[in-house]
Amino acid sequence: MDFKSAVFYFLATVLVLASLRVITARNPVHAALFLVLAFFSAGGIWMLLQAEFLAIVLVMVYVGAVMVLFLFVVMMLDINLERLRQGFWSYLPLGATIGLLMTLEMALVLAGRYYGLEAMPDPGASGAGVNNTKELGRLLFTDYVYPFELASVILLVAIVAAVALTKRPRKESKAQNAAAQIAVRRNDRLRIVSMPSEKE
Amino acid sequence: MEILLQTLQTFFGPAWPLVWTLLKIFGIILPLVLCVAYLTLAERKVIGWMQVRIGPNRVGPLGLLQPIADGLKLVFKEIVVPTKASTGLYFVGPAMAFATALAAWAVVPFSEGYVLANIDAGVLYLLAMTSIGIYGVIISGWASNSKYAFYGAMRSAAQMVSYEIAMGFALVCVLMVSASLNLSDIVHGQAKGAFAEMGLGFLSWNWLPLLPMFLVYLISGIAETNRAPFDVVEGESEIVAGHMVEYSGMAYALFFLGEYANMILVSVMTSIFFLGGWLSPVGFLPDSFVWLAGKTCFILFLFLWFRATFPRYRYDQIMRLGWKVFVPLCMFWLLFIGVWMMSPLNIWK
Repeated sequence: MDFKSAVFYFLATVLVLASLRVITARNPVHAALFLVLAFFSAGGIWMLLQAEFLAIVLVMVYVGAVMVLFLFVVMMLDINLERLRQGFWSYLPLGATIGLLMTLEMALVLAGRYYGLEAMPDPGASGAGVNNTKELGRLLFTDYVYPFELASVILLVAIVAAVALTKRPRKESKAQNAAAQIAVRRNDRLRIVSMPSEKE
Repeated sequence: MEILLQTLQTFFGPAWPLVWTLLKIFGIILPLVLCVAYLTLAERKVIGWMQVRIGPNRVGPLGLLQPIADGLKLVFKEIVVPTKASTGLYFVGPAMAFATALAAWAVVPFSEGYVLANIDAGVLYLLAMTSIGIYGVIISGWASNSKYAFYGAMRSAAQMVSYEIAMGFALVCVLMVSASLNLSDIVHGQAKGAFAEMGLGFLSWNWLPLLPMFLVYLISGIAETNRAPFDVVEGESEIVAGHMVEYSGMAYALFFLGEYANMILVSVMTSIFFLGGWLSPVGFLPDSFVWLAGKTCFILFLFLWFRATFPRYRYDQIMRLGWKVFVPLCMFWLLFIGVWMMSPLNIWK
């Protein structure tokens, strides 16, 4: 076993164990942190596949931003595990069906060679001088520019919709208006009056 | 030196690349930790002088042994674990805060060719490492099982995620004009230009055409490292010491070391992205590591100066600055740079 396979097996073991702990950990914060570890290991595996841009972006976006906000929410929730466990048997048929479907799909992909699904040939190893980021950027802004822009517009619409649907501005909330504060003049706040001094 | 390296190479055999990398890592980390120690002294001295005090002057000549004394004190103190703390995570927190602060140094180019990992996606790696650094704060805040620590963690998470966006956008402008994510190439890109040929290199650096981004990056860097005036995360008048409140001894020291290592990192990065890294400001002096060190010290001095000068921001003001001022400014400048680069006036060919 060469060094690369050893690294792969190490990362894969960590990934599988961390993913298992995501669904078995009793504490939701621990589960979220194991998900972070799983993302990180997946990033490592992508790095082994010479996809350094995707690997680092996975860590940056999912570990650095998405999971931080996720933890933020999970930490503040008061999750009652007993109540959550009550619905276990009623949800089991639905969950089991989805789980089976996912297993089936993964089996189809993983056993692709057996079913003759080799439409996408192995791109082969690229040389050391290839800049992953540059190549990806070139493809995104030339061949795939419309799908890429469409996807970003859809995401933007989703963000705006989420904010518009959930925002309920409180009437009594106060906000600072920095422009008004800077624009204020002495005469708006202060009045100098001329007053003769009192004499006894 | 050559002969020594040859002998070592034959002695270690196939394990030599590993040993050599480890040696290089030590060569970066040991001076860094020393710098961190003396930065704490510099901070106390500089702020002391600004407030017409003397600062620490008891331990050693001119107080120069003060950091060593502080370090020894922290090493020998007992580490107290709160009864209801989540024990495992309680110790993972400070380790993560410190480890990510050190890991980011792998891609820093100190001089021409002097870099541990000269990778093409250096800027991305840096952003990824700084964003992982938040976990140290969040995990420790949650695991301490204390309200103050928890508030600190929440504030830190919100603040760091907000300012990372402005920081990322500022870096997008830098990588647009240098057409590379490699930190060494970004420095090389600043070595050419009309002013550099006249011998006035410092006018060719990125800070001039990207002046708003330079300021955004610097201020976001201060906010990212939770330094004054953005230090609501550990605002002692409100939440004692934020996420560090339950920690003592070495566990506390790790946060402290991490914070100062991050400060130095942000200063080095600002020097590399905007102030030409190791490039000499004028044509008749050679490029060398000394310039990078000088620029870094200048920006570190700004950090200390700001702490001595500005009162702490209120939390909603921090968020307003990040989202309503920096993000729109960055987007505008991104557009502006894009148009500039496509126009005949492009100066970055």
